[in-house]
This record gives sequence, structure tokens and C-alpha cells, in this order.
Amino acid sequence: MTESFTPPPAAGCRDTPVLKERGQREVFCGLTGIIWLHRKMQDAFFLVVGSRTCAHLLQSAAGVMIFAEPRFGTAILEEGDLAGLADAQEELEREVERLLDRRPDIRQLFLVGSCPSEVIKLDLSRAAERLTQRHAPRVRVLNYSGSGIETTFTEGEDACLASMVPVLPETDRRQLMLVGALPDVVEDQALDLLEKLGVGPVTVLPAARASDQVAVGPNTVVALTQPFLGETLSALERRGARHLAAPFPFGEEGTTAWLRAVAQEFGVSEERFEEVTAAPRARARRAVAQAAETLNRRSLFFFPDSQLEIPLARFLTRECGMEAVEVGAPYINKQVVAPDLDLLAEGPVISEGQDVDLQLDRCRAARPDLTVCGLGLANPLEAEGLTTKWAIELVFTPVHFYEQAGDLAGLFSRPIRRHDLLKLEAAE
Amino acid sequence: MKLSVWTYEGPPHVGAMRVATGMTDLHYVLHAPQGDTYADLLFTMIERRDHRPPVTYTTFQARDLGSDTADLFKTACEDAYARFQPQAMIVGASCTAELIQDDPGGMAETMGMPIPIVPLELPSYQRKENFGCDETFFQLVKALARPVEKTEAITANLIGPTALGFRHRDDITEVTRHLEEMGVGVNVVGPMGATPEDLTRLGAAHFNVLMYPETAESAARWMERELGLPFTKTVPIGVGATRDFLEEVSGITGLPVRTDESRLRLPWYSASVDSTYLTGKRVFLFGDGTHVAAAARIARDEMGFEVVGLGCYNREQARNIRRVAKDYGVEATITDDYLEVEAAIEAAAPEMILGTQMERHIGKRLGIPCAVISAPVHVQDFPARYAPQMGFEGANVIFDTWVHPLVMGLEEHLLHMFREDFEFHDEAGPSHHAAHAPAPRPAEPAHEGGAAPRPAAPDSPRDISTQEEGPAAAGGIEIVWRPAAEKELKKIPFFVRGKAKRNTEAFARERGVAEIDVDTLYEAKAHYAR
Repeated sequence: MTESFTPPPAAGCRDTPVLKERGQREVFCGLTGIIWLHRKMQDAFFLVVGSRTCAHLLQSAAGVMIFAEPRFGTAILEEGDLAGLADAQEELEREVERLLDRRPDIRQLFLVGSCPSEVIKLDLSRAAERLTQRHAPRVRVLNYSGSGIETTFTEGEDACLASMVPVLPETDRRQLMLVGALPDVVEDQALDLLEKLGVGPVTVLPAARASDQVAVGPNTVVALTQPFLGETLSALERRGARHLAAPFPFGEEGTTAWLRAVAQEFGVSEERFEEVTAAPRARARRAVAQAAETLNRRSLFFFPDSQLEIPLARFLTRECGMEAVEVGAPYINKQVVAPDLDLLAEGPVISEGQDVDLQLDRCRAARPDLTVCGLGLANPLEAEGLTTKWAIELVFTPVHFYEQAGDLAGLFSRPIRRHDLLKLEAAE
Repeated sequence: MKLSVWTYEGPPHVGAMRVATGMTDLHYVLHAPQGDTYADLLFTMIERRDHRPPVTYTTFQARDLGSDTADLFKTACEDAYARFQPQAMIVGASCTAELIQDDPGGMAETMGMPIPIVPLELPSYQRKENFGCDETFFQLVKALARPVEKTEAITANLIGPTALGFRHRDDITEVTRHLEEMGVGVNVVGPMGATPEDLTRLGAAHFNVLMYPETAESAARWMERELGLPFTKTVPIGVGATRDFLEEVSGITGLPVRTDESRLRLPWYSASVDSTYLTGKRVFLFGDGTHVAAAARIARDEMGFEVVGLGCYNREQARNIRRVAKDYGVEATITDDYLEVEAAIEAAAPEMILGTQMERHIGKRLGIPCAVISAPVHVQDFPARYAPQMGFEGANVIFDTWVHPLVMGLEEHLLHMFREDFEFHDEAGPSHHAAHAPAPRPAEPAHEGGAAPRPAAPDSPRDISTQEEGPAAAGGIEIVWRPAAEKELKKIPFFVRGKAKRNTEAFARERGVAEIDVDTLYEAKAHYAR
């Protein structure tokens, strides 16, 4: 049944010693999660309590989007707020009051902690409770931290979703819960596949609106669609839900393995599974094959960014024929990525954390054919003659499940094709 | 606390980064939490630099907050020195590090580094990016510049250009060329392109050209006092300003003004009959103080526009901008609140906005053409081509840039004459910008019968700002447009319709007229005609 796949490696990377580094980390903080979360959650507003730096980060990261109905803002701390904390609480309540008056469409308000607010220990959870009391039932106010000192990039989404779990209603219903903010089109495809398999009922966290009923309880089975959701998973487990371990749904193999785990849990017959997945699997294979021609036998180096690195390295090595040199992740949650590590053949350095200068030394020494890194490193590495794929795009493009498998491979082949296409050096 | 969706300036440590990144052989050790490295991509992406900014961040995390953040900083300093071997270092804190009070400056001084270490005090909760630039450059100059023997030939320093500066790269080239034409050499350009060693030779120049007061005025004043270097007060943006600047240089050096005007095209372009329709175009100006003051003069004296509003976001320039505004008979908008700027623009109802990246979006929302004259700017305003703002070529660039967003002359006439064309109509915008046509204006109150409140657009960011809009809010009387007058109003071309509507309503209110008919409209038109 899995004849099309590369056979699983004799020894995967599950027990490979992880290179743990501390030093300068060239990563985003968790506030950046707001950029995609506010588009996903239609009636939520994200109010960062932080400094001008936080506001500057958001607008630099959000680019043009900030003008198209931004449902986020920054309450910038000023001198006065640092002097007296009691005042800061009042100030915050006043700002929220003004905001909610003007935005009657808001049903969920997230007070998002930042480095400054965490360091001065501004008690946002108490503020959230008080504000919930005041604005119930119209608006629910929650809080989480997206600070750089606690969260890295996608962990902001984890912290946000985890903050919602304790207030979800209780249910005994046997159900599948998909966790992770996916692009709408991808979410629809996933739900469609699950429906065809006869798996249901299915709920999705986060839902598009606060009014969409998402409940949790002891008969809830959780399938993560993103690898960076460890905290949310723990919070759901505390509510009695059970984790369904699976590789992440990237590429044909990843999607099939992910779906198979769900299918087995819900007693779907092998015939039905084949019937539903055969056509999309063939399609995905064909789509990946085109990009794989470019990627085959090329070496690959991942700088840490989003925790998507391990599942994507698995996809690129197994389905596109690439050879991983180093797979760096900001944080490795073994419970969550073990199935992917099992499928990743031994060989690459698996690193967690970062000392960017040392990692750059390793990268330059290896001279990989493709380096996946952030925008702070991409152009400098290109100028050194290394081809790069900037990592943020992987979070801002539909990449999950069968129909996006070809696009996902294409994201990695494009810089290499471009490099081969441009004849600039010859022209000089 | 202050609610903000857009900030015109970053925090002051970004200003310090702009100085460090502009220079070479200078390294910046910044005590900052994990995540603050986002600022690198301002330089690697927006400015497309091909190397990493010379900044080492300590990137501390929550688990470091116990006691060892100070050690972390020391290690970062030592590693940075060992790896990069800079001629000098600057050290400082970001907003979060400011709170934990590790005193980077004090620590660095005790480390016995063999190079000059310049500590920076940048109050993140009071000041902003431009202050950060100015203060950092000032501290560097103060630490490094010493009285030295003057160059034999007459030379000047160009001070102020930094990394991430709006057109700084090409302004340097243009100003250098103008100085060369007068026989003045360039001693040091800084911060952009200078090494710390270069800064020690600043005193060898005969005077300073202060290109951007925002980023180097403190250093210019210090050098005037301590090294006896006079500095130029005129920023050569625009034809008149460039000529004044050359006069000023002549006054300082005793050299006669010599310049090659053959490459200057703005005066002829602006005088040519095709530009007649630019006369009295109502423009609103916003940006940093220097660029706004320069643009106001060009707009009025060199393009024949009418300045209907102006302002700046950097309070350091507030006094100057208020003086300029007075000269132009308008109220200065001094604010860093984007929503206030939007309100001011809406109230002034200009035909064109000259502003920053943010004003572009205000213009887009209001359907008003816009050109960018000042930072903050995005990647498209760090162009590959030569595109200075200063000097004669800068004037040429400015003419093209400002005229481009406007509907061209003949098109404007045709719009005025025939209104019913199905593809060539008001809302279509200038026909040479098909892809960027301004969004259709939101339904104007007039369409719905006078002072009806504008329907709430719940998702529009404008909601965060002013609630009361429309004529009813301003005066006591409820003004109603009669259908015929409303129809007549629509016949006025869209770029002046807002103004016509406001004028008519003001006219009616003054006379206590509650209902506007066609006659009122034309009475008002005659009243305001000049």
C-alpha cells in the first residue's frame, strides 16, 4: 500500500543526538503570529501591550496588510506606565474601552504580552479577567504572551491557541479536532477528505468566529496540522483530549500518513481509504515530480525559524530526493515530531536553538545547494553565492495536504531554477 | 499607553543601527531580547544590503533573566570583537534591556577592550528612531573627532546620510558633484560609508554640509563649537534651495558660485504650457521636517501648486515646520498619530498628497493621488536607478515623481466635459495607472441626501480614530442637499468635488441656509472664486 514511497529508513533520526546551541538567535518573536492569526479569526482583535519596537516589528512584518482591515494594534507603553503599575492597569482598561467602543464587531480580544510587559510583570491575565467581566457576554478577553523572551515566531500561534483551550466548552462527544490555523482553502480540502473517509464530527481550532462551537472533552482526539503546537496540545490533554501522533501533512507521503493515522483511529476500512486517497495521491505525486527534477540530489541546510523544519526536511529528502546537511529548529518537541524524525534518514545534523555566527560558519563550510533561512540572512548569503529559500514564505503559503504538495516542492525549486535562469554574470 | 497601528519611526536603537550599518568597521553590540533581530531585515530586504548589519544582539530569553544577562552581554562583546575586529564599537540597550538595567555602557568600559567603545543612552520610552541616529552619530563624533590640520584645498564633510535613509545614496553623489563644480572637495562622508578612523579626520574639512538635520544636527553643532567648522543651514532639495545652498557655500568658502545648469530641466518643464494645468493644484504635505519644508517651497514656488496643509511626525522639527506653515497660511499638523494625519487630509480635501509610505495608503483609501517625499518608505523607494532628491538632478526626479500620479491635462478636460463615458470616468482614476487606480471613493454623504451619517465600515481602520465626520459635526445646522444640487455637484470633476462640497456647505452655514440648491452651489462657487 505504500509501495510508492521510499522505504522508511532503517534508522531514523529519532535518537540522533541533538546539537543544542545557545548564542545569538536570528529569529522572530511570537508577536508575528498575529499577522496570520488575525486574518484567520474574523472577529478577533489582537492588542499587543508593548513598546514602539513591537509596533515597528508588526508593521515591518505586516507590510501592506496593515492597511487592509487590520485587526491588531499596539498599546505602546510610555514613561508614565513604567513608573506606576496600578496606573498601567487603568490605562490598559481605558484603551480597551475605547477600542471596543469603536469596534463593535469584535467578539474576542487578545491582550498579547511582549518582552517589556513581561519584564515589568504587567498582569495581563488579571486584566483579561476583569475586562471579560466588564464586557461579557459580548466580548471575551483572553491573554497570551508573544514575547521574544518566551516565544519564537510560530510559537505565538501556539500560545494564542493554548490560551483559548481552558475556556472551550466541555463535551463528551467523540470527535476529531484539527488544531492549527490553516489557509481556508487547505482547511476545506482537509475537511472534505475526512468527510469522504467518513470521519466525523470534526472541529477546527481556531475557528473563524467565536460563535463557531468548538468544544473539548475526554472523547476528543487531537490531530495537529502544525508542528509548533506543543503548548496547545498539553492544554488540550489537560482537558482530557488524546493526541494522535502522525507525521505532518506535507507532501503525498506526509498527507497519506497523517490521514491514515486518523483513518485507523476512526476505523475506516482499507478499501475506503484507498478509494478516497488514490486519485489525489497520484495527482500530488505528479505535481511533486516536476519540482523534484530540479531538487533531486541537491543538498539542503535549514536555519531555525518555525519548527516546520523537521517535517519539511522529511518531505524534501524522501519525496524530492534532496540531501539534508543540517536541520535546525528553534525548538524540538519530540512528542510532536517523533513520527517525522523516524522517517528522516540518519545523516543530517539535527540542531536546536542557535548561535548564528557558528551556524553560518557551518553553512559556509558545507556550501549547500539550498539554504532555508530568514530574511535577515537570505540576501547576505545570496551575495556569498549561496542559493536561499526564505523561510517565512513557508508559513504564508498554502502548503499542507495533497493539492499543495506540488506548490510546496515548487517553493524550494524556484530559487534554484531562478539561479540557473539568470545569465547576469555572463553578461558582465 | 497609546494605541497605535502605524508608527512613523522605529525605536531609537533602530536609529543607532542605521548609523552602524551605514558605516564600515564599526560594530554595534545591542542588548536585546530574542526577536529584536527583525530589524536586520529592514537593511537586508528594504535596502537590499548584501551583508548582515554589523550588529550583535544578545537575544536573551526568559530563562536568562535570572542573573546572567550581564554576563551574556559581556560574552557577546568579546565574541563580537574577536570575530569582526572592528575599529570601534558602540554598545547599548533596546527597550526591554533598558528595563532590566544591566548598564551595557558601564560594563563595556570595564572590559578593557583595545578599541574605543562608545556607550549609547537611548531612552526608548521617550524618543524615537531619528533621535537614535542623531544621538549615536553625535556620540561617535564626540568620542572620535579631534582638531587636526585643515586640508590644503577647500573641503567639506557631508554629514547626515545613513543606512535606510530616503535616497541618501544618490543625494551624496549629487551634492558631491555640485561641490566639485565649485571647486570644493569632499573630506569625509558620514555616517554612510565612513569608518571610525575617518571620523577622526572630520576636523580637516573647512566646513560641514549638514545634509539631513534629523540625523546629524547635534554632531554639526558640536563640530562647530569644538572644531570650528561652520555648517550649511540650507538643505539643497529643489531648484531654489539648491541655488541658495550654493550661495551659502560661496559665503562660507569665498569661492564664486559655479554650476552647470544645462542638466537642470525642472524650470523649463514647469514653465512649459503642458504644466499650466498644475497651477493651483491643492496639495497636502507630510513627512519628516526637512523633506516637508523643502517640498513646500518646491510645490508653491517651482510647481505652482497650492499648499493646503502640511506637517511632520518628528517633533524635533516642530518649530521649523510651524514657521513654514505660517508662511503658507496653513495650520501645521505635528503628530505621529497616523489617524490624525488621515483626519487632517480628509479635512483639507487635497487633490494630491506628498507624504510617506503611510500617506500613500491614506491616499489610496480616499482616492487621492500621492507621491512619496520622505521616509518611512518601503522597498520600491530604494530604487536601482539614480534617483536623488537633492541638487539639480534631484529637482528633475521630483518633477517627474510628483506629476506622475496626476490625471494628465487632456484627460482632465475630457472628464470635465463628458461624464457618462463607461470606461473613462471619475472612479477609474488616472488612465495610465490601470493597476493602481485609486479605490472608488466611499459613498459620499451627498449621495444619500446631505448630512446623513456615513455608513459604518466596521472593518475599516478609520474607525479607530474619529467618530464624527461630515458636515453636521462641524456646525450647528443640519445641512441638506436637494437632489438637483446633489446631481450638479456630481458634475464637478472628482478631484475637486470634495473641496466644492465643503466650500458650499461652509457658505450655506455662514448664511444660515439649511437647504442647498443649485443656486447655492453656484453662489458659493462665485464667492470663493479668485
